Amino acid sequence: MAFGPYFFLATLEGLVMAAVLALTALGLSLVFGVMRVVNVAHGEFFMLGAVLAWAVASTISGYPALGFLAALIISPLVVGAVALASERLVLKRVNYNPEATIVATIGILYIIQQLALTFYGPDARPVVAPFDYRIRFPWFGYSAYKLSVIAASAIVLAATWYLLSRTKIGLIMRATQFDAETATAFGIPVDKVYAGVFALGAMLAAVAAVLIVPIQQAHYLMGHDPLLLSFIVVIIGGLGSLRGTIVAALLIGLSDGIISVFFSPTLAKIIATMAVALVLVFRPQGLFGVSAR
Amino acid sequence: MSALVETHGLGRSFGGLRAVDDVDFSLPEGEIRAIIGPNGAGKTTFVSLICGRVAPSDGSIRFDGRDITGMPADRRVMAGIAYTFQITSIFANLTVEENVTLAAMRRHVGRAGKRYSPAALCEASLSALGRVGLRDHAGAVAGNLAYGHQRLLEVAMGLALEPRLLVLDEPTQGLSDTEIESFIALVREIGQQATVLLIEHNMPVVMALAEQITVMDQGRIIAEGTPDAIRANAAVQQAYLGAPADG
Amino acid sequence: MMGLGNLTGRVLILHLAVVALLFALQFLLPAYHHGIMARILVLAVFAMGYNLLFGYTGLLSLGHAMFFSAGLYGAGLTVYHLDWGVPAAFAAGLASGLVLSTVVGFLALRTTGVAFLIVTMMFGQVAYLFTLYFGDWTRGEEGLTLSQAARQLGPLDLTDPTTRYFAALVLFTVVLFVTLALVRAPFGRVLIAIRENEERTRMLGYDTFRNKLGATIGSGVICAASGAAYVLLFGYFGSSFAAVQYSILPLLWVLVGGAATTLGPLLGTVLMFYLVDLSNDLLNSRFPDWDVSYLGIVGVALVLLILFFPKGLLGSVRDRWVRWLP
Repeated sequence: MAFGPYFFLATLEGLVMAAVLALTALGLSLVFGVMRVVNVAHGEFFMLGAVLAWAVASTISGYPALGFLAALIISPLVVGAVALASERLVLKRVNYNPEATIVATIGILYIIQQLALTFYGPDARPVVAPFDYRIRFPWFGYSAYKLSVIAASAIVLAATWYLLSRTKIGLIMRATQFDAETATAFGIPVDKVYAGVFALGAMLAAVAAVLIVPIQQAHYLMGHDPLLLSFIVVIIGGLGSLRGTIVAALLIGLSDGIISVFFSPTLAKIIATMAVALVLVFRPQGLFGVSAR
Repeated sequence: MSALVETHGLGRSFGGLRAVDDVDFSLPEGEIRAIIGPNGAGKTTFVSLICGRVAPSDGSIRFDGRDITGMPADRRVMAGIAYTFQITSIFANLTVEENVTLAAMRRHVGRAGKRYSPAALCEASLSALGRVGLRDHAGAVAGNLAYGHQRLLEVAMGLALEPRLLVLDEPTQGLSDTEIESFIALVREIGQQATVLLIEHNMPVVMALAEQITVMDQGRIIAEGTPDAIRANAAVQQAYLGAPADG
Repeated sequence: MMGLGNLTGRVLILHLAVVALLFALQFLLPAYHHGIMARILVLAVFAMGYNLLFGYTGLLSLGHAMFFSAGLYGAGLTVYHLDWGVPAAFAAGLASGLVLSTVVGFLALRTTGVAFLIVTMMFGQVAYLFTLYFGDWTRGEEGLTLSQAARQLGPLDLTDPTTRYFAALVLFTVVLFVTLALVRAPFGRVLIAIRENEERTRMLGYDTFRNKLGATIGSGVICAASGAAYVLLFGYFGSSFAAVQYSILPLLWVLVGGAATTLGPLLGTVLMFYLVDLSNDLLNSRFPDWDVSYLGIVGVALVLLILFFPKGLLGSVRDRWVRWLP
């Protein structure tokens, strides 16, 4: 294959990756933006979403499209409930102290991994794509499902944007983000907002995971990379900024997809991680963010 | 008398706001000086510039004839400028003695030619506590002290630094009348050895202590003089004294 | 904490008693636990290094596996590829830790709070990826084994269980008393002051950046000593020691035993090591298809600790009963 088509393929792969990453990172960013805490267990909510998708889809076997659709609804709901429970039982009780929250979410990370290992097992398992159609480009065929992932992600992102900027719920969330104390004084139930945001963040990761399982198999240790990449995206994009998150997800997804086609994926990761650490050291407000309050 | 502190054209902006604007200021060695002015006049920002907690946007600062404009805050403390915070800032989880020892240690440890002697350190800490009358509380956890005592602990930490210039930022805020009485006596005594720069809202305290008063408004110095002269100054009355007292 | 001079006596006696107990255990323990204790002593050194930064200075790092592996690989690679002797390899391990912690300290300490934690985690991740990337030399996850012949220190054979236990105990004792001296010296008091109120400390005339850098370097070198000793005593090194799990374990050990206590790291390491070991055996024999690994136990321990026991065992003991505990 010549360079042009090769590059085109890498770009498509990068876009799929960016689509999934944007959703996952947005969840992390929302939680950080509104609650000012870092959820280290975020990657495990992603993993849980994928594992549950397999569980749901394999229960409804024989009808891939139906199984997938059911997974797309049930899996995020269950993950949201798990997140809600951990928020009520743990995060709320440590008063959202940033460092205690990190230690606590590391604990939750391990617990979720253990549960997945116990009930799901150590194997990687695929979920059948809802449809199996290949789009024929002049140089190669490409899975239509992968392209639909990009579209689905765009729709969910748009819906989240609408929720945040055009609805009363979004207004309440932004008020809480801006100043929790004043929000309390205005009668906003900050406590409930936190619980909702934490669940919403986890559900976004779960949606991303359900979208990805037909492409990448579900495994109990699969949460690690999404967590790190989400961190990278959120830092580059500026903590708590929706637009920055999407731009950064595109940047990271595309460059990661393209770089790992041409270079060793380990080297690509080293460069990306190092670059991001240095961004955080020398430009903590992110490349696109405005300076922190 | 030579000036211990001098500023020339000192200014600091926050965004578009000129918190301190083109201030020429001179404080002779050995004086007790009060800075007064309405809230938001830039008093705290001005002394923070002198202490190095805030970097100036323009102008220069000299201390004891040396230019210290770019010197980091910790080195200024070593040069002899001690600062007590407007909002009480102590080590709440450590004991009273440990608080003061941390200050005294800076004078006793790691300086050329001086050996670290626990006994001398203990002596210096207890003496600073004695001067503010907190010696009996040496073993108490600082966070458990009454508010007035916490303010005194701040002053003791300042004293343990053996400063040439002691900056007190609203030291009597929240103190009772009797506590204020003894505080005035304490500052008079400190004034025997050190130069004192005092931000204060409580006018009786200012009148009782200050040899000279500097009045600030909107980031600038609008008047300077003896307490009597300031009392008589029309501009001051309009900007500050004429307005209802704001605590 | 900052005890007065006259308390030094009982503090010294307590620490000497702990060392004496560990010495006696060498003769009392059955072979299996003897081997585990040697490992625990070396890992407790790792925890003590972590404690210096996290417990005393109040800086939460999630990348300390990189300092441990700096020692591990610094010593392991020089023995394996360059045939260096044990002392030179140990020194190489310490030097790697020194260089790495200096560089990381200079960069990471420009950030504060959550950013510090994320930056250290990312540097740790980069270090881990390096061990994979240079797989030709390190053999990545699979790792390398040092031969018995390479692990001789003069007349001492470090593969012999008794010698190994004593070597581990010597390292542990040295580091224990070094940390004890460090935290009771003016330097340690300043670190505690920074943890309690950094701005106030700065306004008492302390260069807080330099002190924090000193703490990071001290912490990094101690952790590297632990890593170097680990590879020389147990003969194996691989990428898994650089993975994020090995950054979280010392945090857990310190939290269990009590942050900012000199003996907490040892206590926490012993407890967690045995807890994971015993509960693994118990659960896996009763419920073989549960696949219980360290994951669940570590996870539950972390959550319970942060909820109900944030000061750890010795921290709570100090708060309630023994104020003089260092």
